[in-house]
Order: sequence, then structure tokens, then C-alpha cells
Amino acid sequence: MNTVLVATTLAIFLTMALALVRALRGPTIYDRIVAVNVFGTKTVLAVALITYVTGHADLIDVALVYALINFIAIVTVLKLVKTRDLAAEGSEDPR
Amino acid sequence: MMAIFIDILSWVLLITGGAFGVIGGIGLLRFPDFYTRLHASGITDTLCAVLIVFGLMLQSGLSLLTLKMVLILLFLLFTTPTATHALARAAVLDGLEPKLADQPQASPSEEEPPSKP
Repeated sequence: MNTVLVATTLAIFLTMALALVRALRGPTIYDRIVAVNVFGTKTVLAVALITYVTGHADLIDVALVYALINFIAIVTVLKLVKTRDLAAEGSEDPR
Repeated sequence: MMAIFIDILSWVLLITGGAFGVIGGIGLLRFPDFYTRLHASGITDTLCAVLIVFGLMLQSGLSLLTLKMVLILLFLLFTTPTATHALARAAVLDGLEPKLADQPQASPSEEEPPSKP
């Protein structure tokens, strides 16, 4: 049973790697935010899978909390990109 | 007998979930512009998450762990589409033009008809 769980975890890690590649390569800011969003959601799934692989049932709360925090992070970054007031000067996007 | 059937079913769900995750990840890389990549990220976020969480829930049967997995699925299915919507809206408001197929790089002039339908 464990092999299937480990195989799925590896598939999730591969997806996270692909999302990171998109994050590094993404021409616009919004591509990077999409990649970070996918990365965050996959972290939730990876933690959930690790909970089942290791058998520690209380690790699931980490995934639970992270699912919410990821959403708040995305919305905060969007607000930061839009209003630019939190960002340091010289953000690379031409105004 | 029943346990074996549940195990096989959860294996299938887990494997297809992982496969859809990778497919969405590849789509995230290969799609030409931002708005199509939103679609690719949608695949990995919702379908892959649903399949994997259902596969895991079959593993743990009726327990507190399964209840928390249901809550995770609920949160994910509520927050991810909202985040994607906010993202697309922010991109549109920022003036990010989608890359249309037959639109010449300059602004489309009305008099010459588009070459292919």
C-alpha cells in the first residue's frame, strides 16, 4: 500500500517542480502568482499524503491550516501587486 | 474481500490524481499565455486534489482523519476558484491582453478581413 502513496507523493513533487519552473520563467508577475498558487495547493496535498505514509494522524492539521493560509497569501500578494504601496521601489514592471 | 476492493479503488484514485497533477503541471509550462495557464492550474488544483483526497479518505475509513480530509477538500474547493478569479481579475484590470490566435501583433485593423476563419 505504501508504494502507491509514495508514488503519488513523487507525482505531487514533480508537479511542484514544474510549477517552480513556471514561477522562475513566468514573463509576467501573474504567471508567477499562478505558479505559487499551484505550489501552495500541492503542498497541502503533499502534507496530507505524508500524513498517510508516516501514519501520524495529527499531521493533517498542518495541511488543513496551510490550505487556508495559501489562499490568504495569494490575495495579499494580489493586493500588493495592485496597490504597490508595500513593495520596495524599483519593481521591475514598467508602470 | 471488501478491503481489497477498497484498496484497489483508492490506488486507482491516487494514481489518476497524481497523473492529473503532472498533466496540469506540464500544461502550466506549455501553454502560450497567462489566461490559458490559469486553466492548466485549475486542473491541478481541483481535479487532482479531489481525486487524491478521495483516494486518501478511502484509506482511513470512518475516522476523525477522514473528517479533517473532508474539511480540507471543502476549503480547497472554496478557496482555489476564488483565488483564481481574483488573479484573473487583477490581470485584466492591469491590462494584460490575452494572446488571440489571428490577431496581428499591431491592433487589429477593421478593413482587412481576418485571413483564416
